[in-house]
Amino acid sequence: MNIQRLLPGLTSIAFLAVIPMLPVPPFWITVLNNIGLASLVTIGLVLLTGVGGLTSFGQAVFCGFGAYTTAVLATNYGISSWLTLPLSVIIGGVIALPLGLITVRLSGHFLPLGTIAWGLSLYYLFGKIDMLGRYDGITGIPPIELAGYRFLSDGAIYYLIWFFVIAVAIGARNLLDSRTGRGIRALRGGGQAAEAFGVNIVRAKLTVFVFAAVVAALSGWLYAHMQRNVNPTPFGLSMGIEYLLMAVVGGSGHVWGAIFGAGLVIILKELLQRFLPALLGTTTNFEMIVFGILLVVILQLARDGLWPFVLKILPKRPPKPIPTSDHKLPKRTLAPAGSPLIKVDKARKAFGGLVAVNDVSFEVPAGRIVGLIGPNGAGKSTTFNLITGIASLTSGSVFYQGQKLSGDSPRHIARHGIARTFQHAKILPEMSVLENVALGAHLRGSAGVFKSFLHVERDEEATLLAEAAHQLARVGLSEYANRPAGDLALGQIRILEIARALAADPTVLLLDEPAAGLRHGEKQELANLLKKLREEGVAVLLVDHDMGFVMGLVDHLVVLDFGTLIAEGNPAEVRRHPAVIAAYLGGAA
Amino acid sequence: MSANLLELSDIHVSYGRAEVLHGISLAMKPGSIVTVIGANGAGKSTLLNSIMGIVPSRGSILYNDSPVPRSVEERVASGLCLVPEKRELFATMSVEDNIELGGFLRSTSERAETREDVYIRFPRLAERRKQLAGTLSGGERQMLALARALMSRPRLLLLDEPSLGLAPKIVVDILNIVSELRKTGVSILLVEQNARAALEIADEGYLVELGEVKLSGPASELATNPALMESYLGTHA
Amino acid sequence: MDAMIATFLIQDGVTSGAIYALLGLALVLVFSVTRVIFIPQGEFVAYGALTLALLDSSKVPATISLLVFFGAIAFLLDLWNMRRGADRGTLLRSVAVNLVLPGMIYGLTTLLAPLGLPSFVKALLTILIIAPMGFYVYRIAYRPLADASVLVLLICSVGVHLAMMGLGLVFFGAEGLRAQPLSDANYTMGMLMVPAQSLWIYGATIGIMIALYVFFERTLLGKALRATAVNRLGARLVGVRTQLTGVTAFMLAATIGAVSGVLIGPITTIYYDTGFLIGLKGFVAAIIGGLASFPITAIAAIAVGLIEAFASFFASSYKEVIVFGLIIPVLVWLSLSNAFHEEE
Repeated sequence: MNIQRLLPGLTSIAFLAVIPMLPVPPFWITVLNNIGLASLVTIGLVLLTGVGGLTSFGQAVFCGFGAYTTAVLATNYGISSWLTLPLSVIIGGVIALPLGLITVRLSGHFLPLGTIAWGLSLYYLFGKIDMLGRYDGITGIPPIELAGYRFLSDGAIYYLIWFFVIAVAIGARNLLDSRTGRGIRALRGGGQAAEAFGVNIVRAKLTVFVFAAVVAALSGWLYAHMQRNVNPTPFGLSMGIEYLLMAVVGGSGHVWGAIFGAGLVIILKELLQRFLPALLGTTTNFEMIVFGILLVVILQLARDGLWPFVLKILPKRPPKPIPTSDHKLPKRTLAPAGSPLIKVDKARKAFGGLVAVNDVSFEVPAGRIVGLIGPNGAGKSTTFNLITGIASLTSGSVFYQGQKLSGDSPRHIARHGIARTFQHAKILPEMSVLENVALGAHLRGSAGVFKSFLHVERDEEATLLAEAAHQLARVGLSEYANRPAGDLALGQIRILEIARALAADPTVLLLDEPAAGLRHGEKQELANLLKKLREEGVAVLLVDHDMGFVMGLVDHLVVLDFGTLIAEGNPAEVRRHPAVIAAYLGGAA
Repeated sequence: MSANLLELSDIHVSYGRAEVLHGISLAMKPGSIVTVIGANGAGKSTLLNSIMGIVPSRGSILYNDSPVPRSVEERVASGLCLVPEKRELFATMSVEDNIELGGFLRSTSERAETREDVYIRFPRLAERRKQLAGTLSGGERQMLALARALMSRPRLLLLDEPSLGLAPKIVVDILNIVSELRKTGVSILLVEQNARAALEIADEGYLVELGEVKLSGPASELATNPALMESYLGTHA
Repeated sequence: MDAMIATFLIQDGVTSGAIYALLGLALVLVFSVTRVIFIPQGEFVAYGALTLALLDSSKVPATISLLVFFGAIAFLLDLWNMRRGADRGTLLRSVAVNLVLPGMIYGLTTLLAPLGLPSFVKALLTILIIAPMGFYVYRIAYRPLADASVLVLLICSVGVHLAMMGLGLVFFGAEGLRAQPLSDANYTMGMLMVPAQSLWIYGATIGIMIALYVFFERTLLGKALRATAVNRLGARLVGVRTQLTGVTAFMLAATIGAVSGVLIGPITTIYYDTGFLIGLKGFVAAIIGGLASFPITAIAAIAVGLIEAFASFFASSYKEVIVFGLIIPVLVWLSLSNAFHEEE
């Protein structure tokens, strides 16, 4: 472990530990406790919203479930708080599952609306149930006890709260830095890239949703034992909105930013509630106005939150070393050259009356490069989408080594060892180049959520990253390994996508306009790389417009026009084919 | 005082960090049909989009000897009109409404006058006034897009691949209509992949390849130039 | 429950439902033109009701100060945008719209309010004060975000809601107010006693629905607004200034909000934060209409009103749980049918 990398973290922890021992005013401790409790919820929300792209206004409800669970069990049944902790957390998770199953399937803007809906209904429900004391709530909750010591004072529970905050934050960072985390981070921007490499989108969304709920329930448990009484007020929609504000201020996807955001908002709240009225001599509450304006202004001026600005002024951490590993991932044996891998059999796609792909049949054999070309609107992209599983066939089939591929989702198609690139490159600009490539190897690993959270899958992770590093070296991008992928030029991004596809150990590469935007030298390198892969036995199907690039590279050409296959053969034959010339240059008007 | 309706000088357009047009220059006389041809991905659509103001560009665009107005709406008001590749019709609104909206910036009387002309020129549309634009066939949609454009009484019509996705017979019909439009005094800048058909109705042509003008000249000369075929079908490595 | 109570509940439900319909219609209007899910619509309602109540007591409503405040902020933002230089025309236009207009309304109201005006004039004055706020809210909060995703615009709406509610608290105070009805008459129809206020509500709702229909189906501007929602690029290409459509939609929404406030003010006591809950119920109706269909939204709103009335009779404590819980299955259903359309 590199001490230099851990230094900022250790210093902060030491600083935090020392505060209650200094002669600070007691309400500072209260404020810090509140910040800690809010940080827990916000960390979950930052993952949910910033990383997973699922905006939720209803997180406060899960705090309520955690708080009420322990309140009822501790006061009515006298169960010890350490036993109610797992129960509170589990109840949070149990409630989150059905809510999550409904919510994550909601598309686009329906999702946050859904969270507003259950955020409100459940809040009202809290106020109606007798067992929960209705609007008066439950009082007289016993404090947490550990080996006879009662965490009664603010100063005592401070350590407990911040212990959990730091543990959860580290766990969240572990989660994000893992295979599961990459799957979750790939949810942003549509998740198509993630799906193409085998990530189960629904499960990833559900994972992050339940995580956020569980962490909020933990916060509720701590709250109940700190306040020693609970009522519905802090678990409603306005609190849910406040948590979202903290996440927006902190910035999407930044775990430490979540704590920063929570701190900023709560301190602002204190200033508005305590100091401003005294200063101005009024009793008016300006809190809502300020929060509202703050939210709008941040969206207009700093949509990624304020934490990135803080990061800029902090000293930079030394980069992570690229891992090496003794283990190597198992590789697929490739079929002998020439044997048909993908067979497109009378594929047809009709949109209502319009036939986009008209009974097209062709093969992509192992160890060969096949080009799919045709003028604009010929149906190349649609055919490509039929093979990759994004579009469904109206009739006909696509086979892979005899097995039917058509009807499978992109996720299942990836399992066969079919990897692809995208016409509009789908990489994650904030993730490092190395990690983007590692996403390609998703199906070659198996570590799940718990292992990732606890950081015990390090061996497998090192192997996956080493494989990614190997592919990066192969395409010549090693020097960018730790840079954010968004720093690369467009041409390099296309090559990055190829490295990612290679990390899947593919038998078939499906390339969608790989040469678009590349300079001449880059096209040469790409062509050489593809030729090398062909020697190794990989099958390549590429769609492209750049004739110079295609003609000099492919073994076999398939030409489409108006959705129909008009010519097939080697480049020289196709170039002379009268139907092809007419299709491209046009017939006389 | 030049005789040109449109003058482009050294136009550069970038999408993010990738430059797609590397200094295009072009001139058009009033009342002429100029075609910009080239293989897919050459940057032809981008050129039209930058003239219309939909994408930002560096370089100068002179329209009637003065710099073209800043916003898209002002350019439409001054007589520029684009029929984009994807047509961008109002699919859930009727043929009638689409046509009416084309004349949004013109006065009520101007609209009434042009509407009559448009329905005479496109009898198929007159038959289908109340039909929703999204339910029309490909050729009818192209006609509707043209009709809507004509409603703004343009001086310079920018057509982006009018033949796209249309059966050969319909392509003939559409390009004939385009050619006829010249008689009404409107100038036309036509982007086409179908090089031969475009060069037959145009006065001048520009061949664009990978964001640069490779060749230009009278359409008849361009049509027989061998460089044309190479540009589309590539040379064998 | 006998027929008497049932008819009473139905009448109650339909009356509330009509108000929810107005809110829902405004929400659908704004969303379909600007893609903004306008959660703060309820605040316009509250502002309207509170303004009318204050005018009823011949007091000068604080709303005019709020209006001037909005105008000033919009003006400052315009100045900031003009910092690199602008022509006189732009500057003059900004002064006229952002400073002169609120100033004139301020002056007019200060003169008229203490006079004890007839109820109709008070209602019109209220609407006059609040309608321009739609323009300012759009200009200040949403225009800079014109190209943002629906999600970002939704979060922005939450911020605007908080700010407007907070401003309501500052400018109106925390007490609730109740306005006088537009007319005190009561009509008997068979078993029912129908207050004139209810008739005004039904009339206004139907009137606004017809007006919106005519506007969107028969006027070129209305069609241009629809076109912007259907295809933004296409609208730009025919010369529609998309900012214009945004402004129009928001001003219409503010006007409808003010009318709703004027109508509901005499029926219940309105506080600075009542708007949100009323808005949410209109919201439920708008969602059922898929944020797209006016007729379905109106019918759904009446249904929500009826469900609320009957629920509050039978199971009054669970009223809100039921009404808001309703949203979820609707969203699920909408999501599923949306997914089908996207596939094609």
